[in-house]
Amino acid sequence: MINTHDILETISMIQDENLDIRTVTMGISLIDCIDSDVDRACEKIYQKITTTAKDLVPVANEIEKTYGIPIINKRISVTPIALLAAACPGENPVKFALTLEKAAQKIGVNFIGGYSALVQKGFSHGDLELIRSIPEALAATEHLCASVNIGSTKAGLNMDAIALMGGVIRECAEKTADRSCIAAAKLVVFCNAPEDNPFMAGAFHGVGEADAVINVGVSGPGVVRAALAKLPKDASITEVADLIKRTAFKITRMGQLVAQEASRRLNIPFGIVDLSLAPTPAVGDSVAHILEEMGLEECGACGTTACLALLNDAVKKGGVMASSHVGGLSGAFIPVTEDAGMIAAAKSSALTIEKLEAMTAVCSVGLDMINIPGDTSQEVISAIIADEAAIGMVNSKTTAVRLIPAIGKKVGEELSFGGLLGGGPVMAVNTRSPEIFIHRGGRLPAPLQSLKN
Amino acid sequence: MRCVITVVGKDAVGILAKVSALCAQKNVNIAEVTQSVLQNLFCMIMLCDIEKINGTFSEFVDEAEKIGKENHLKIHVMHEDIFNSMHRI
Repeated sequence: MINTHDILETISMIQDENLDIRTVTMGISLIDCIDSDVDRACEKIYQKITTTAKDLVPVANEIEKTYGIPIINKRISVTPIALLAAACPGENPVKFALTLEKAAQKIGVNFIGGYSALVQKGFSHGDLELIRSIPEALAATEHLCASVNIGSTKAGLNMDAIALMGGVIRECAEKTADRSCIAAAKLVVFCNAPEDNPFMAGAFHGVGEADAVINVGVSGPGVVRAALAKLPKDASITEVADLIKRTAFKITRMGQLVAQEASRRLNIPFGIVDLSLAPTPAVGDSVAHILEEMGLEECGACGTTACLALLNDAVKKGGVMASSHVGGLSGAFIPVTEDAGMIAAAKSSALTIEKLEAMTAVCSVGLDMINIPGDTSQEVISAIIADEAAIGMVNSKTTAVRLIPAIGKKVGEELSFGGLLGGGPVMAVNTRSPEIFIHRGGRLPAPLQSLKN
Repeated sequence: MRCVITVVGKDAVGILAKVSALCAQKNVNIAEVTQSVLQNLFCMIMLCDIEKINGTFSEFVDEAEKIGKENHLKIHVMHEDIFNSMHRI
């Protein structure tokens, strides 16, 4: 018989420590829906999504029941819509957004991602139109998420796109100022965007992917924290790393099981398991609390970056053996408004944007879900994107920026979104002007490490 | 196909009987049982064969949870694969 201790451990992970599968995301290619007639393209998109993914939600619910493991979100990612918009010059790409929203509602998923453009080296037909339409598209939809890749280690940074995105983020917030500026929370700006990411808002289905795939994102910061809490305070950091590895292995095995089972039942190939530790605003499900459990008074204290580096590395080392294919972002997430410990640290000013920027150099994403003052200029937002993208470009890793300009609010005031997106204080931003730098435009050259051949 | 039923809660008369009655009614064969009472806390783990189950597994899970609620117990019914994959390489 299975060991009693193992059974009770699994149950306590799920029941008391918030272990769950964050998302089962189906990636769907829309390449075969490209059409020069926008209405015909939209019809094909709707048909393809609603046929391919019709069983996604019921199957995920069945798996949840069979294994007793909560699956929090069911999501869809699609081919970057800019590729489809390119075939319909002069048309408003928002038509695609409304179609995706309609399809998402029909099949009952929590999010649909892929209102995206990849412009790391330059704009092609459709890219500019799509990027400019993002505020309108996100304001008019509820489930749609958008992303723009503005740089990569290979291509360098597209400074024209960076300049543009500062304004797009502001406009998203302004258009939804009466709804907690929610549109800005559904838009992410990437450097080195992964093509198989199951997590929102940055999920899209890369052009190198199969026609449809199942990608799974696990969660489990609470499990890691609970395991660390049992370790004596004088245990060496080697023991801490080993314990995180062992815990990450178990969490990922569960993700692998769910991914394989979903793939089998839906008859769609298994893509990857994303090893990320994704927090939620719920108490006991926080990445910041893991760092504090390692021995910091509060997240943001000196030592935070080192602790996060250890966590990120140990999660990957533990997870990679547990899954046959690992991908996506795979690492620790540090979204401020979605993490109870980060929210508390931001409120007490222990955590600042500058510290978060340093942390992004060693974790899996970037400046994520940060509320900034409503009067922050678009040039400052662009410059934050440029800084963050530079970290990603030079370190050959994914970095992202998801900032929410809290329209009408100042530093210290609160902005809440509810649900998984949480809420938190408006954080201070350095407002010295980067205007001349941002308006230069052009391309920031790729670093030497791009020349690997 | 096998599943694991875990029952945890305050000890009372007839807990084992209620859960095994449900298993019998659903044609679920109990293969192994371990049970202990520690400081008034009842803890039982059953390994059951669900190959010839009457109705769907989901219904069985729901009914077991219902018995749990009625008797102030925490009852979990989970497919054994989750434990195998999590704890065995």
